[in-house]
Amino acid sequence: MSVRVLPSSLIPSIKIYPKNLWRVLRQYRWVYLLMLPTFVYFVIFKYGPLWNAQIAFKDFKPLLGVLGSPWVGFEHFKTFIDSFYFTQLIRNTLIFSLGKLILGMPIAVICAIALHETWFLRYRTFVQTMIYLPHFLSWVIMFGVLLVLLSPGNGLINEIIVSLGGEPIPFLTSPDTFRWVVILSDIWKETGWSTILYLAALLAISPDLYEAAAVDGATPIQRIRYISLPGILPVIVLITLLRLGHILEAGFNQIFVLYSVPVYSVGDILDTWVYRQGVLNFQFSLATAVGFFKGAIGLVLLLVANRAAKRIAGQSIY
Amino acid sequence: MHTRTRDTVVFQIGIAIFLTIMLFIILIPFWRVIVTAVIPLDIYTRQGVPFFLSPTKWTFEAFKQLLTHSMFPRAALNSVIITVLGTAISLFLTVPLAYGLSIRSLPGRKVIMAFVLIIYLFSPGLIPVYLLITGMKLTNNYLAIILPPAVSVFNTLVMMGFFEGLPEELKESARLDGANELQVLIRIILPLSKPILLTIGLFYAVFYWNEFFTPILYLNDNDLIPLPVLLRNILISASFNEYVEYNAFSSSSLESLKSAGVFITMLPMLLIYPWIQRYFTKGTLVGGVKG
Repeated sequence: MSVRVLPSSLIPSIKIYPKNLWRVLRQYRWVYLLMLPTFVYFVIFKYGPLWNAQIAFKDFKPLLGVLGSPWVGFEHFKTFIDSFYFTQLIRNTLIFSLGKLILGMPIAVICAIALHETWFLRYRTFVQTMIYLPHFLSWVIMFGVLLVLLSPGNGLINEIIVSLGGEPIPFLTSPDTFRWVVILSDIWKETGWSTILYLAALLAISPDLYEAAAVDGATPIQRIRYISLPGILPVIVLITLLRLGHILEAGFNQIFVLYSVPVYSVGDILDTWVYRQGVLNFQFSLATAVGFFKGAIGLVLLLVANRAAKRIAGQSIY
Repeated sequence: MHTRTRDTVVFQIGIAIFLTIMLFIILIPFWRVIVTAVIPLDIYTRQGVPFFLSPTKWTFEAFKQLLTHSMFPRAALNSVIITVLGTAISLFLTVPLAYGLSIRSLPGRKVIMAFVLIIYLFSPGLIPVYLLITGMKLTNNYLAIILPPAVSVFNTLVMMGFFEGLPEELKESARLDGANELQVLIRIILPLSKPILLTIGLFYAVFYWNEFFTPILYLNDNDLIPLPVLLRNILISASFNEYVEYNAFSSSSLESLKSAGVFITMLPMLLIYPWIQRYFTKGTLVGGVKG
């Protein structure tokens, strides 16, 4: 098929009036037909769960079904908010997500600046390749890696502690250390990958600025302080806002793999609790109510974060 | 721009040292996994795991023991099936939606967009999905793992952005030539979209390959489980014999077997990683700050 390129101004734009609506719909009928499978998919697998979510306000009995179960209003929400789990789960969830954000972001920014500053470009590419790698590995593999580092028997870190005269620490099963394991292992896995966005922002800064600074005799530190950091500040703000919008996502997969009964008190988050109450203890309605609660707060946070991002950085997240 | 004053040289050395420290922080744990996997049993029982082990002493007994057991090849095959089937279904459902949304003049576009964004903004959590899947009798079926996450709204929006960036004139002229929208998509759009199809396809493939929670949730049959689930079972198992013949006559230690399992599970990702990295990096930069 030959393709003749026309300037777009020559193409008549189609205005939709009721009388040629039919013609327009006909013109696009293939598009609608193409989208039909995805539409059906969304109705079943994305809106189906939304429909099922009504059991948060019902006393769900599997035999009665979603529709047949009796309404109970906000009873499950009250049960949850009054239970001693409530503060514990919220606290753990926030400690994990804020810990990962507050400790992880500065490290990522420093790494990105170091990668941007170095003169050894081949070495830079090599380091980049290596530090991106853990991002692509499953948390199960990370669990295996953490075992060879942290196990009290012959984990590398415990061997170092013992050789310095200390007692081995059961990092993964001790409530004193478990939170640190979660936060630091996430930073280890994801920091490299998260440098990509900062690096892209650094590369977008105009080279003229750096040349002018060189002419003025700026030291490398001054260059970073007055050009690089202000240059990527909008991206830092934007990513922080995005992460705050997802603050209730504390890393379900990670904690599901790493935690165990001795550390439930410091490791249990909203998602893991929903899983255990719902799937293992058959408290479907209560677990759904907690999931709904999390989803509702998440919705508000996302909308607020998006509005703030629009106002501050002039960009929308989605 | 590179003026070699003493300050900048000192600074460059400092940066290089910093990057090297970062590199070692990433590499040392992997090195430890490898040494633990290849250590001969007699050295292990005598002195535990040393930090360095000369490659002349490496033994691959643990790998042999794992791979000759039927569970590992079976689980690897299951992982491949889930990944290939999942990626195909995901792309089949994502591409038309992204294409439709990229047509600004499509009647009802805003409604469809809202229909999609609602899903992105509000999630009721695990249990409603679990009830849907078990209600559809999809347990012990790979569709239970593949379908619920099959379309990622985020990936759809990234792909939509790419389609929007293609020159409108190409599509319009094809339409004037009498091509319908299906032909426009297949003959004009898709051939120009290889980078984004590869990037999004890889996003999905890595996701399915690493997925372990939904297989644990929905698959009870041990013949169906993918690699990460098998590895997790091995790592947390008290009785190893379920998965590998392990007894007093075993020629490798339990730790070696576990580490070898970690390495084998990691290997396919390591092999395609250079390729992944190229497309991921590119694709993420296309998405800009939306990543």
